[in-house]
Amino acid sequence: MDFGTIIDAAFSAAFGPQAIVFALAAIGLNVHFGYTGLLNFGQAGFMSVAAFGLAVTVVTWDLPFWLGLIVGMFAAIVLALVLGVPTLRLRADYLAIVTIASAEILRLCFGAVEFKDTFGGSNGLTGFVRPYQKLNPYNDGLTLGVVSFSRSDLWSITVGWTLVAICCLIVWALMRSPWGRVLKSIREDEDAVRSLGKNVFAYKMQALVLGGVFGGIAGIFHILKQGSSVPTDFNTTFTFYAYAALLIGGAARVLGPVVGSMIFWFLIAGIGSFFSEATKGADPVIPNWIMQPDQASLIRLILLGLGLMLLMIFRPQGIFGDRREIAIDGR
Amino acid sequence: MRLRLAALLAAVLGIFILLPSASASAETTPTPSPSAGGAAPQQNPIVEGANITVTLKDLNEGKGEPKPIPGVTLTVLKDSKTGEELGSQVTDQSGRVSIGIPGNGTYVVELDPKTLPSGVKLSGAGATTKTVQVKLASSNFVTFPVGARVIEKASKASEIVDGTRDGLKTGLLIALAALGLSLIFGTTGLTNFAHGELITLGAILTYIFNRGVGLPVIFAGVLAVLASALFGYLQDRGLWRPLRRRGTGLIAMMIVSIGLALLMRSIFQYGFGGSTRTLSEYVTQPRNSYGPIDLSNKEIAIFAVSIIAITVTCVALMRTRLGKAMRAVSDNPALSASSGMRVDGVISSVWILGTALTGLAGVLLAVQQQVNFNMGFNLLLLVFAGVTLGGLGTIWGALVGSLIIGLMVELGPVFGVPASIKEVGALVVLILILLVRPQGILGKAQRIG
Repeated sequence: MDFGTIIDAAFSAAFGPQAIVFALAAIGLNVHFGYTGLLNFGQAGFMSVAAFGLAVTVVTWDLPFWLGLIVGMFAAIVLALVLGVPTLRLRADYLAIVTIASAEILRLCFGAVEFKDTFGGSNGLTGFVRPYQKLNPYNDGLTLGVVSFSRSDLWSITVGWTLVAICCLIVWALMRSPWGRVLKSIREDEDAVRSLGKNVFAYKMQALVLGGVFGGIAGIFHILKQGSSVPTDFNTTFTFYAYAALLIGGAARVLGPVVGSMIFWFLIAGIGSFFSEATKGADPVIPNWIMQPDQASLIRLILLGLGLMLLMIFRPQGIFGDRREIAIDGR
Repeated sequence: MRLRLAALLAAVLGIFILLPSASASAETTPTPSPSAGGAAPQQNPIVEGANITVTLKDLNEGKGEPKPIPGVTLTVLKDSKTGEELGSQVTDQSGRVSIGIPGNGTYVVELDPKTLPSGVKLSGAGATTKTVQVKLASSNFVTFPVGARVIEKASKASEIVDGTRDGLKTGLLIALAALGLSLIFGTTGLTNFAHGELITLGAILTYIFNRGVGLPVIFAGVLAVLASALFGYLQDRGLWRPLRRRGTGLIAMMIVSIGLALLMRSIFQYGFGGSTRTLSEYVTQPRNSYGPIDLSNKEIAIFAVSIIAITVTCVALMRTRLGKAMRAVSDNPALSASSGMRVDGVISSVWILGTALTGLAGVLLAVQQQVNFNMGFNLLLLVFAGVTLGGLGTIWGALVGSLIIGLMVELGPVFGVPASIKEVGALVVLILILLVRPQGILGKAQRIG
């Protein structure tokens, strides 16, 4: 059993590109769920339209990279508008079901054999990433003690954490503005806000678009850091994991989603690596009749499910949050 | 030509009856050669009216694209091998023959093995005749030899009949699960994201009782339903009732159910593995014809069991004391409590009934398809769609909504929805319905926003 490997896995996941993707997605969810009380279960859908907006523009249509970025962000905004119109007047659980359904529709369409020429089928699209990698100023990877990052990871980390910082700054500035206070009051009592003459629907829509844009940024960053746009990456469980990350850190806090996804990935990667090390080799620490090596990666998911339940029951505000600020009682 | 054991496919007898316009107009070079000839004709047009169409393709042991085989003589005979000869044709460049038939009845298609190109053999047993039952609106494709792929060319009408059958079957299975979800939602307000895992639980328990313990599938299914019901009771007592006591909010409970879903699914995968497995009995069954509809015995059983279960549940909800209590709690828990009902007891019964129905859906799904740790989760959105479409919390709504969703999913491909994403049509309908009638088809037009 090699503890160095485990520590390396845990720390490079916590600071690496994967945690950044989740942080960006969870920042979007924080605007939706944490500040406005909108139960969006389709964040993966926002990510996928933006990701495929970029990939299709560059690969299928052969247009410039910067145009792809614009198309991707535009797609996320359009999706928010399309979803918002039918559902924002409805109860929270309706929004949840419609957003989760839309995300699945998008994922299935992007992965369909019939649209292989446009979206690349189940293998997705590749070959759009060169302009991004060309900007990479680093010559070598970085090793800090046991933790190491490759050259391309280092570039993604630089770009990604910069994006996270900018997004956090935007959220921080917006949420202390009068606009942000209206969002929070919609979360607390929608009817009271309406009685004050505010257009609740318009505010909710603006929040949905803003969070969707953050989701779109997450999607674009995700395909840039891994160099391919694969439909199955954007499945429902992704959204659930992003929720778990948000709830660990604490909803309705600017840094909640960021810290949450770092902790989330620290634990997921650390536990995963621990059990894979513990079942490896001829004489594993955990005997084979209890756990086969291929079962080792599932322990972290079992613990994640259990952890999410316990977290929601005993500490729904997460680490930083305030219990009175979490929109969990309404419906 | 190299002698290779080629898997020769024969293919397809698509029967076109009463729908001649579907294909007849596309042909440009009609060279009908009904009698056997030496060289392969350029193109055999599909005969107008009732006909039997066969496309012969060489699968070449699965390597590369199947190649059509021209120049093979095929003969269609009435009733039996020694019956009246209706026509004989040589396959054209696309490997096709099309021979007209007078109408419904039994036909035998005979392939002349001497006219096969050298080096190409019929795969499997190498049977050179196939019997075809032709009747209105049913799929009549036949594989010639064994092991060959079928390129289906059923008529539109038969596709619709088959799609309706599959749609109703899927719809009923969804309805069982949706009824459970709707009951639980109605009484507790919980949008249960772990509901899909209850379907999987029914299926996996059937597998365990069947393959592990060695019981026949039917007993295993009954036990699985009972065990599901017990699990529902324990789940309510151990998890949801304490949460209700604590005053946990509905959205918090929804997220707890997501955690529970992840937990259960991972445990299933841990114990069951990622592979798809089959039960010991009723795995593959041939379909018999009942009029225009083809059904296998297990499909009849699935239809019967699900219809009986749904009917009994609905009658019980309408007529029995407990059923009325359930509907009362569903309507207004506070009022029910104040008029002396034991609300917690009623909710317990709802959980037992709901999980039993959902477990039954899983059992039937395991018999119908195969068992996989992910099967319930894959169905969850369709169950949600059915419930939402009919109206959240209404019992008849769940039923009607599920049947519509089932039909949408299975009939979609007939009307041009790409088959690999046939679920998409149903989900799009869900969103559209919410746009115009957010309370669902049968939901009460109350304020829901």
